[in-house]
Amino acid sequence: MSGKTLHLENLTVSFDGFKALNELTLQIEPGELRCIIGPNGAGKTTMMDVITGKTRPDSGTVTFGEDLDLLSMSEPEIAQAGIGRKFQKPTIFERLTVFENLELALAGDKSFLKTLFARRTTAQDTRIYEVLEIIGLSRQHQALGGILAHGQKQWLEIGMLMMQNPDLLLVDEPVAGMTPQEIERTAGLLQSLAGEHSVVVVEHDMEFVRSIAKRVTVLHEGHVLAEGDMDQVQKDPRVIEVYLGA
Amino acid sequence: MGALALIAILVPLLNQAVPASSPFHVSAYGLTLIGKYLCYALLALSVDLIWGYCGILSLGQAAFFSLGGYAMGMYLMRQIGTRGVYGDPILPDFMVFLNYKSLPWFWHGFNHFGLALLMVAVAPGLLAFVFGWFAFRSRVTGVYLSIITQALTYALMLAFFRNDMGFGGNNGFTDFKDILGFNLHSDRVRVVLLVITCIMVAVSYLVCRMIVSSRAGRVIRAIRDAESRTRFLGYRVESYKLWIFVFSAILAGIAGALYVPLIGIINPSEFSPINSIEVVIWVAVGGRGTLYGAAAGAFLVNYAKTYFTTSIPEAWNYALGALFVLVTLFLPRGIVGLVSGRVRKPPKSEPLHAPANSPERSNE
Repeated sequence: MSGKTLHLENLTVSFDGFKALNELTLQIEPGELRCIIGPNGAGKTTMMDVITGKTRPDSGTVTFGEDLDLLSMSEPEIAQAGIGRKFQKPTIFERLTVFENLELALAGDKSFLKTLFARRTTAQDTRIYEVLEIIGLSRQHQALGGILAHGQKQWLEIGMLMMQNPDLLLVDEPVAGMTPQEIERTAGLLQSLAGEHSVVVVEHDMEFVRSIAKRVTVLHEGHVLAEGDMDQVQKDPRVIEVYLGA
Repeated sequence: MGALALIAILVPLLNQAVPASSPFHVSAYGLTLIGKYLCYALLALSVDLIWGYCGILSLGQAAFFSLGGYAMGMYLMRQIGTRGVYGDPILPDFMVFLNYKSLPWFWHGFNHFGLALLMVAVAPGLLAFVFGWFAFRSRVTGVYLSIITQALTYALMLAFFRNDMGFGGNNGFTDFKDILGFNLHSDRVRVVLLVITCIMVAVSYLVCRMIVSSRAGRVIRAIRDAESRTRFLGYRVESYKLWIFVFSAILAGIAGALYVPLIGIINPSEFSPINSIEVVIWVAVGGRGTLYGAAAGAFLVNYAKTYFTTSIPEAWNYALGALFVLVTLFLPRGIVGLVSGRVRKPPKSEPLHAPANSPERSNE
């Protein structure tokens, strides 16, 4: 396992006085599958924004691996460093084909001149077809992304993350709007990714979290309220009060 | 492409070989008109590349067109030499008239055709680079970017109107005599210019086609449709936008440079913001994001403009506006979308079944 540890320390982000993150400290180990839950406004998405470079924190540090300071890097640099992100709302390229969506996500040199003259190698083609198989979209590979069903879009986006071959996958609400069967498949997919990659899943669906999580972190008002396995967390009276009990 | 080849062959033939009395004869006026449409088609290509494929609505494309035109104009002015009204071997007429004692520094070297050609690309390219560098890095997008590109071309128009800029003030450049020693007023030379214009449009079309069908082209469309997704995949969105913007500006500059010797005049009104907006209308009417649609739109709208401004001049602006509204409402994919009648060209870029080896992508 060649993964890297993600370490957040004392992160604070405020928007017009409202503290979206408040002294948040969190560590994700290599190969871990971590679920992050919490009520609306707990800071889950803000946390992902900070890790991926979209939002700059007021204070705190984010390090990846030995010595990578993510706060000094741009979004593409962070992506190239091995952090992939799936958005809350499935975000794919609707007017490109499924195949092309995956092709663009391929790891490699992503400068303009390189892509201008890029030709796919056989190995890359094989990898794309492999991922198409895994996400169950082999038959739709020629279809435009925009015509896919909601669940398929979610999978395509996860497939794009797999093409990037990142050390860490940040997955925001992967099963929102999915049917029970789709949820089951997604759970299997994410579990198969963990181990080789670290996976952080933000999710509201408690059934889903219970089915995949080994370790759960509960966020509340921008900091960690509780951390542990699902049973521990569910028994925690503070958690029951702010979230599960509601 | 076929249509272009047809123009390149048929028009010179009808102009040169068919007697003036024949109904098929293309007059010198007709020739110039077609040449003008071709330049506009090239300009439309440049807008389609940046707007149709990359989603950047540049409303300052006329600025790049005019800069290319001015670069060519400076060469043509220097070629006049002693044949000007004042007969000064070095200074163009307007400089003598404005009491210039010597040639401003930026006019030096423009007696060389090579330098003029270089500046046709460098002047618009550099402006686009500097402008785009700041705009894209600051993540100015959408309507804000469109507005500052309008401001850019408006500012340049005001600057070029000033006599002390050294570009002839509001008269601009005109009264050209010859290019590379060939008389610009001869029909033969104009035919050659037309053929060169055809070739340039064809080459530019092919280069644009190559760009949009490369992986970089797909990244550019990805940026248009989901910019932040592209960024989180590890693409430097700003640098992609900058490359495309600069390339598009250079295309516009080339269009301007081809336009000036054919039309015989360039003045600051070419910078006028309305010109840039018109180009966008051509592209929208023709069908954006197709390249050939942009060229077709340029021909169609300008032909309509030529026709209507002679028959009912006061109604033209209304007709143009109505055309834009109608196309936006009923033909969101433009005339080309109507003709092709398909939802989208079926993607031919990928093999149907598992990859035996990496297939060459088809060109279109």
